Amino acid sequence: MAARTSPLQRSGRVLLYAVMIVAAAGIMLPFIWMVVSSLKMNNQVFTAPVQWIPDPVQWRNYVDIWAKADMVTWVRNTLIVSVAVTFLQVLTGSFAAYGFAKMRFPGRDALFLLYIGTIAVPWQSYMIPQFQMISGWGLNNTLFAIMLLQAFGAFGVFLMKQYYESIPDSLSEAARIDGLSEYGIWARIILPLSVPALASLTIITFVQTWNDYLGPLIYLRDRPLWTIQLGLQSFVGEYNAEHALIMTGSVLSVLPIALIFFLGQRYFVEGIATTGVKG
Amino acid sequence: MTTPVVGNQRTLGFSQPAPQQPLRKPRTSLKLRNALVGWTFILPNFLGFAVLTLGPVLALFYFSLTSWNIFGNAEWVGLENFTRLVEDKSFHKALGNTFYYAALHIPLTIVVSLCLALLLNQKLRGAAFFRTVAFFPYITSIVAVAVVWNMLFSPEFGPINQFLSLFIDGDLPGWTVSKDWAMPAVIIVGTWKDMGYYMLLFLAGLQTVPGELHEAARIDGANAWQRFWNVTLPCLRPTMFFVTVMVTIQSFKVFDLILVMTDGGPGQSSLVLSQYIWQKGFEQFELGYASAVAVVLFLICISVTVVQFLYNKRKEA
Repeated sequence: MAARTSPLQRSGRVLLYAVMIVAAAGIMLPFIWMVVSSLKMNNQVFTAPVQWIPDPVQWRNYVDIWAKADMVTWVRNTLIVSVAVTFLQVLTGSFAAYGFAKMRFPGRDALFLLYIGTIAVPWQSYMIPQFQMISGWGLNNTLFAIMLLQAFGAFGVFLMKQYYESIPDSLSEAARIDGLSEYGIWARIILPLSVPALASLTIITFVQTWNDYLGPLIYLRDRPLWTIQLGLQSFVGEYNAEHALIMTGSVLSVLPIALIFFLGQRYFVEGIATTGVKG
Repeated sequence: MTTPVVGNQRTLGFSQPAPQQPLRKPRTSLKLRNALVGWTFILPNFLGFAVLTLGPVLALFYFSLTSWNIFGNAEWVGLENFTRLVEDKSFHKALGNTFYYAALHIPLTIVVSLCLALLLNQKLRGAAFFRTVAFFPYITSIVAVAVVWNMLFSPEFGPINQFLSLFIDGDLPGWTVSKDWAMPAVIIVGTWKDMGYYMLLFLAGLQTVPGELHEAARIDGANAWQRFWNVTLPCLRPTMFFVTVMVTIQSFKVFDLILVMTDGGPGQSSLVLSQYIWQKGFEQFELGYASAVAVVLFLICISVTVVQFLYNKRKEA
């Protein structure tokens, strides 16, 4: 067969590499442009042809932005919310997942179906009644609102349950016979074994909360409460002609997430694959 | 992490039910105890979930039948909000645009992410790096993404039109400032942002395709395209189902991307359902009416999911 000859196969390989490199460059281009523009003088951002290497390099932008934007406040608020949400989600999610994965009792499967069913329900459809309720509790315009909004999602329960089911039941059976309570089994046997899944859930939840725009948009009106996404968006509106500075702000808002992603990539990828395969 | 159990059709992943025990007294009390303990595990999360998600979903249907507004009195008006929807030009526009977005974004995202996954599955050197690159847009915030793309799309000075002008004489697309091109611009960015996520799902699915099947097909003389069509795709069906459901819901609820990129404009040319709910509810405080729009969005997402579920069931049988 012609397709088996090695020169053709080799050129096929070369073609695949070419496709991969071009695709990678294409996908990354907006980020490259963002970083490059953040190091330019404002009037150099839009030039024809595009200037890919800033000259002179304007490191000043990264100093100036702290004076013009309330970055410290935004980052602090975002951190508070993200850490609290992640903590609650991981704790309650992994706890509930034990009930779903390792215990048998009536109503369990129906309850789980309820969780799964809400995956098909967009938050946008019930944001109004939810807003009224949370406002009714007097939590509108507080960071607590955002924490409540994000902390009890079905995703964490789902991901942890999938992982727990890959842990052999014989382990928990043995512990049960040794007289360990169910809570003890969760804390001393299952949790230590599920560190990779906990890491996945932690990273995914943290990044999601960090990036959330709609929740803060609806609930946080006072400037001192703003998160980084709200702040950045208002900065864009206020300084809409300062293209270079806007790009600087964007780079700074993405940077922490990029770092977390590159360090914890493995967990990210595996977490998503786990929810997908049996999905 | 261990590889999850794969290759079968346990779509919801329930474990096997317990074998039936003959009912005897000590058993029942043990069972009761067991159920109570089970509930305590689920309760902390379920309380939050029930109050913050299930409650509002139920409340939504009630509110959609009232004239609830800024003054706070929700009076029962029956189906009045829904008859008003039938006449509402802006609602029609939003509904149309939502379907427009979904009609392009769903197939585009599936095809592109499947292609990326197939490419990555070729075990090329540098594939890990490529995976990182392709996934990166998904984890960056919508605001930063929108800001950058808006500048790239800038009709007069933006790099995209500069590039296009090398090939096209005459009129270039106005992208986000043009009535006709705002939706395509948003769809391009939406696809670019989401494809990495679905690529990962497909990639996980591809690992479950047995190598022997490919080998057998090759021996039978099937070329690469035939192997893809007759071996890879059928084996990917569970993944394909999950991806289709997820990307469909995601498309119909599209909101923040449009809010920060075009704000529904110019005019109403990129107004979508979610944004219309937002405008009616949080800007004009017609909460009852906004709830009716939200019920429509809810019903679309649920029915599309149910249809896909039934279709998958039938194929499975």
